[in-house]
Amino acid sequence: MMGGGNASESAYRVLMGVLESRTGQTLSPNRIWRIEMSLKPVMQRHGIEDLDALVAALVTSTSRQLLDDTVDAMLNNETFFYREHSVFDDIAVKALDHVRAANAATRRLTIWHCGVSTGQEAYSMAMLLAEQGEKWAGWTAQIVGTDVSYQAISRARVGLYTQFEIQRGLPVQRMVRWFDQTEAGWLAKADLRRRIDFTVQNMLVDRPPLTAPADLIFCRNLLLYFAKPMREKAFARLRAMAAPQSFLVLGAGETVLGQTDQFVASPRLRGLYEPADQQVRRVAA
Amino acid sequence: MSKSCLVVDDSKVIRKVARHILESMAFAVEEAADGQEALTFCRANRPDVILLDWNMPVMSGMEFLGAFNDLDFGIAERPRVVFCTTENSIDHIRAAIEAGADEYVMKPFDRETLEGKLQLVGVA
Repeated sequence: MMGGGNASESAYRVLMGVLESRTGQTLSPNRIWRIEMSLKPVMQRHGIEDLDALVAALVTSTSRQLLDDTVDAMLNNETFFYREHSVFDDIAVKALDHVRAANAATRRLTIWHCGVSTGQEAYSMAMLLAEQGEKWAGWTAQIVGTDVSYQAISRARVGLYTQFEIQRGLPVQRMVRWFDQTEAGWLAKADLRRRIDFTVQNMLVDRPPLTAPADLIFCRNLLLYFAKPMREKAFARLRAMAAPQSFLVLGAGETVLGQTDQFVASPRLRGLYEPADQQVRRVAA
Repeated sequence: MSKSCLVVDDSKVIRKVARHILESMAFAVEEAADGQEALTFCRANRPDVILLDWNMPVMSGMEFLGAFNDLDFGIAERPRVVFCTTENSIDHIRAAIEAGADEYVMKPFDRETLEGKLQLVGVA
């Protein structure tokens, strides 16, 4: 039994197939056992008894909502504010300075959070930029957060976080400065929310709504859910949207080594990555 | 050398939970059941961080913080103060920051939250 539950093996295979066809993501064996648990709320919401019945409903029903809910429930939306905060420290003091120098003529800054989940990472960046205030006066800054999960993006747009979520990684000074306490939770202030565009996007298929190539791309803890061919495609998609002198930020356990030739380790900033062809150009010059 | 944490809380259960988490992070843990005990401890010792409850008998967390701010730690760095309390209103949080708290943990909390806050104040 694949999932360790009561469902048939074919049910698990169908569900994994649905996830892969909709998002490109695969379920590693250590996540399969969670399927039944993750899908329980979906089955309850739609009045479905078990996984086999869910699969039958997915195959026979025309309900888009059921399909969306099923896929969403199988995604890992784990995220928090300033995840690996040393990365943000480096970005704040170094990466943004490089971008400022590179874009001095256009005075345009474009940041793409790919796989942004419920938005904490994009809000982290927006707070950081806002606090740099005068430094970016006269600049046009666009922060875009995309994710394949429509539920996660809906939550990101609202910007409402539980007590548990709000205090994961977010310094208290920033919390009281940028969030209001409401009966429903901690709500990002309008001035913060307006700085970010959140959009549902399958990064393997859709273009993110960027108005210029991205100077800074966050794609953290997402590519690990892709099988290698999809991962290569994902890197190519990231590269296609990257500005020549841009930086790519991956998760702590992720690397480009052996994964792609689209990006290489940045010689300027340890732990970040840059478009590979830009390296060749720089050396040649 | 391991970092040290003074856990100040009148709840034995909370002190036990905090100790469990902190020791798993290699902290040396001391305990105080109220602000007065904590103040006595801080007059003779310098923990790296203080995990401080708000409502306690004898001396509250805020009263402790007022007296603690008057202590002279000489050339040693002032210990970080992290409130850890069920007083979760933004007014309480603002007051704590105003009084000199470095971070704030709203109860209930889990290991990741506490660990994250200790990282933010530079002791983990």
